[in-house]
Amino acid sequence: MDTEYAFRHRHILGIDQFSEADIYHILQTARSFKEISNRSIKKVPILRGKTIINLFFEPSTRTRLSFEIAAKRMSADTFNISASASSAAKGETLIDTAKNLQAMNPDIVIMRHAYSGSPHLLTKHIDASIINAGDGTHQHPSQGLLDMLTVLENKGKIEGLKIAIIGDIAHSRVARSDIMGFTRLGAVVHVAGPATFIPPGIDKLGARVCTTIKEAVRDADVVMALRIQRERQNDPLIPSLREYATFFGINRKLLENAKEDALIMHPGPINRGVEMSPDVADGPQSVILDQVTNGVAVRMALLYLVLGGDKHSAEGK
Amino acid sequence: MKTVIFYNGRIIDPASTDTPHRDEIWVAGGSIVSAAGTAPADALRCDLQGKWIVPGLIDMHVHLREPGEEYKETIASGTAAAAAGGFTAVACMPNTTPVNDCASVTRNILEKARGCRARVYPVGSISARSEGKALADYGEMKEAGAVALSDDGLPVVDSQLMRRALEYSASYKMRVISHSEESSLSRNGCMNEGETSTLLGLKGIPAAAEAIMVFREIALAELTGVAVHIAHVSTAASLSLIGEAKKRGVAVTAETAPHYFTLTDEAVLGYNSNAKMNPPLRSTTDREAVREALANGTLDAIATDHAPHSNLEKEVEFSLAANGIIGLETALPLSLEMVRQGYITAEKMIELLSVSPAAILGVAGGSLAVGAPADITVIDPEKRYRFSRDSILSSSANSPFLDWQLQGKAVLTMVEGRITHSILSELSEFSEFNEAGR
Repeated sequence: MDTEYAFRHRHILGIDQFSEADIYHILQTARSFKEISNRSIKKVPILRGKTIINLFFEPSTRTRLSFEIAAKRMSADTFNISASASSAAKGETLIDTAKNLQAMNPDIVIMRHAYSGSPHLLTKHIDASIINAGDGTHQHPSQGLLDMLTVLENKGKIEGLKIAIIGDIAHSRVARSDIMGFTRLGAVVHVAGPATFIPPGIDKLGARVCTTIKEAVRDADVVMALRIQRERQNDPLIPSLREYATFFGINRKLLENAKEDALIMHPGPINRGVEMSPDVADGPQSVILDQVTNGVAVRMALLYLVLGGDKHSAEGK
Repeated sequence: MKTVIFYNGRIIDPASTDTPHRDEIWVAGGSIVSAAGTAPADALRCDLQGKWIVPGLIDMHVHLREPGEEYKETIASGTAAAAAGGFTAVACMPNTTPVNDCASVTRNILEKARGCRARVYPVGSISARSEGKALADYGEMKEAGAVALSDDGLPVVDSQLMRRALEYSASYKMRVISHSEESSLSRNGCMNEGETSTLLGLKGIPAAAEAIMVFREIALAELTGVAVHIAHVSTAASLSLIGEAKKRGVAVTAETAPHYFTLTDEAVLGYNSNAKMNPPLRSTTDREAVREALANGTLDAIATDHAPHSNLEKEVEFSLAANGIIGLETALPLSLEMVRQGYITAEKMIELLSVSPAAILGVAGGSLAVGAPADITVIDPEKRYRFSRDSILSSSANSPFLDWQLQGKAVLTMVEGRITHSILSELSEFSEFNEAGR
C-alpha cells in the first residue's frame, strides 16, 4: 500500500469530499474489518471508551442499526436519539441540540436529518466528528461507499463499468452519493426515469441521462433501482405506482438488455413489484443483501478512520 | 449651519441641465443655492479633490422591521445604516407586524422616523394585511404619507385583485410595486433551480416562477394603462419581457438588487444561509443579463431589498432559514464595481441609485439643481476597506459580503443640509451623529 497516504477527513459529509485514493482506502479498510463480523465473538477493542451518538431526526431502521452494530463490534459505547424522543419536538434548535450533545463530549455524532446540509451546520458547532447518515435529498455517503464495496467485491474492479441507476434521481440522496463515487472511480453512470425524477444539471455531477430505461441498462454491469415515494410535498411527480411499475419497474424482460452477469442492487427498503419485480430482487444476480452486510463493514471503517485509526494502529505496530 | 461650499469634486448630476456650467455646489438653509454670487465670509469650504458629489442616493426597497421585529432592525438603526451607505432616503416595505395597511401604521412609522438619519417613505400594502383578498385603504395611507404600494414578500396571487389595485391606485398616483412570483412553482423552494441546487439536494425555484408573474403584471399594466413597478428582478427571462414591454410603450419600471449583479447561486455552496433570499441568486447567464440591463434601460433602479434577520432566523437548517440579506451598507461599493468593470457609467449609476427611484416614487431628490433640497452624497470611489461585522450599523449582520474587500464609500451624507454621516475631516465636527471609532 501507498505509504505516503493519510486519511485526513474528520467529518464525513458527502462523497465529493473524497479523492479516488480516499475511497479505495476506505473500501480496503472495510474489507479488512469484514472478517470481524464472521467471528463467533464479533467484537474487537479498537474503539473501546469512545462515545458514539446516533442522532436520527428521521425514522430509519437499517442505517441506524447498521451504524450501531458497527460501533458495538468495535467496542464503542453507543447512544441513540430518535426524532420522537429528541428536542426537535420541543422546539429546540439544531444548534442548541448540538451544543448540548457537545457538552457531553461525544467522539462521533452520526446524524440523519430531513433537511439537506444539516450535518454541515452541526460541524460548525460541535467538536465531535460528524458522519452524515443521510441529509434530505443531498447525500448518503456511507450508502454510496457500501454500494462501491459491493460492486468492487463482485466485479473485482469499478473502473470502466457501466452502472445504471433507475428511479427518482431528483429526490435521492443515495443517487447523488453513488453518481459522484462511481464516477470518481472511473465507472460510467447512466440514469433514467420519468423526466419528473431527473433533476436539472445532474449531468454536471457526472451522470449520463438516458431517455429510456432500456437505453440506460443496455450492456450495464450494474443495475440499481431507487425507492419510489409517490407523494412528495404536493408535487405531482408520477400518476400512480402501477403506471410507474409498468413503465419504469425493473423486471426480467428489461434485464435482457443488460449484461448477462449484471448485478442487481437496491438501497432498500424495496417496494416489491413497484421499482423492482420480486423475481429480480430475489434472483441470482441480486446482491441486495451483500449491500446490507457490507454496510456494517464500511461503517466500521468510517468510525475507525474519522477517529484517526490509521495513526493509532501504526503506533501499535 | 453656515453655508457650505463643495469644490474640486466631480459633480455627477444627470437630472440637472445646469451641471456642465458648475464647478462648485453651495448649500445654505437646507437647500442647494446658486454658486453665482459672492460667498459669505464665514462659508465653510470643503475640498472634494478625487471625490464625487452626487444627489443623495435613494433606496426604494428596504425592510426596516419596525413595528414588530425591532430585534432585527429599527427605523433608527436602519436609517443609520442607510446614511453610512450614502442613502438619504429609503422606502420601507409594509411587511411589518402589524402590516402597514392603514393610516395609523403609516403615521407610526413616520413618527419614529422623525430625527432619524434618512428620509423614510412608507410603502403601504396592496391588500389588507397583505392577505391578497381585499384592497387596503390607499387614500388614507396616502394622506398619512405613504408613497407607493406593495405586498412585498408575497405575490398578489389573484389577478383580478392586482388589476383593481392598479386601477384604484391611479387616483392617488401611488406606484404599485410587484413581488413577482408564481408560488405554485416556487413552493418549498429555497434556492435557484439548477446544477447547484441538484448538487446540494435543495429544492429549486425555477426562473420561470418569476417570469410568469412578470408577464402577468405587464399584461395588467397594458390592460389598465397604469404603470407597474417590478421589484428585485433576478432573471434574464424577466428582463427580456420587461425590455420588450418597454419597447411597446407599456408603463413598466423595474429594479434589481446588488446581489443579483454581484453573486450567482454558487454563493449558496456550503449551505450559506446568508446567500438565501427570495428571489434567489441565479445563474451566471442571469447575472450577466442583469448587468447588461443596468446599462440598456431595461432596469430603472438599483434597490437593496435590505432585509435584516438575526441568527435566530439564519443559523438554522438552510431550508428553514429566512429569506433576505442586509444591503444598505454594501450597495454603493458593489454598484461602483459595475462602473469599474465597464457595465455602466458613473452617471448611469446615479440615475439608477437616485434619479429614477425619486421619479418612480414621486418624491424629492435625485437632483443637485439650485433650489432642490440639499440631499447630497459625497463618494470616495477609491477608498478600499474590509466590510467587517464590527463596522455594520444595521442591527443585523446577515450579509454574504462580510469580510469582502470593497472599494468606494460614502464619505459624507447630507439630508436637507443636515449631516447624517461623515468621515470627511472638514465636516465631521458638524455631524449631529457621533461616529467615533468608525
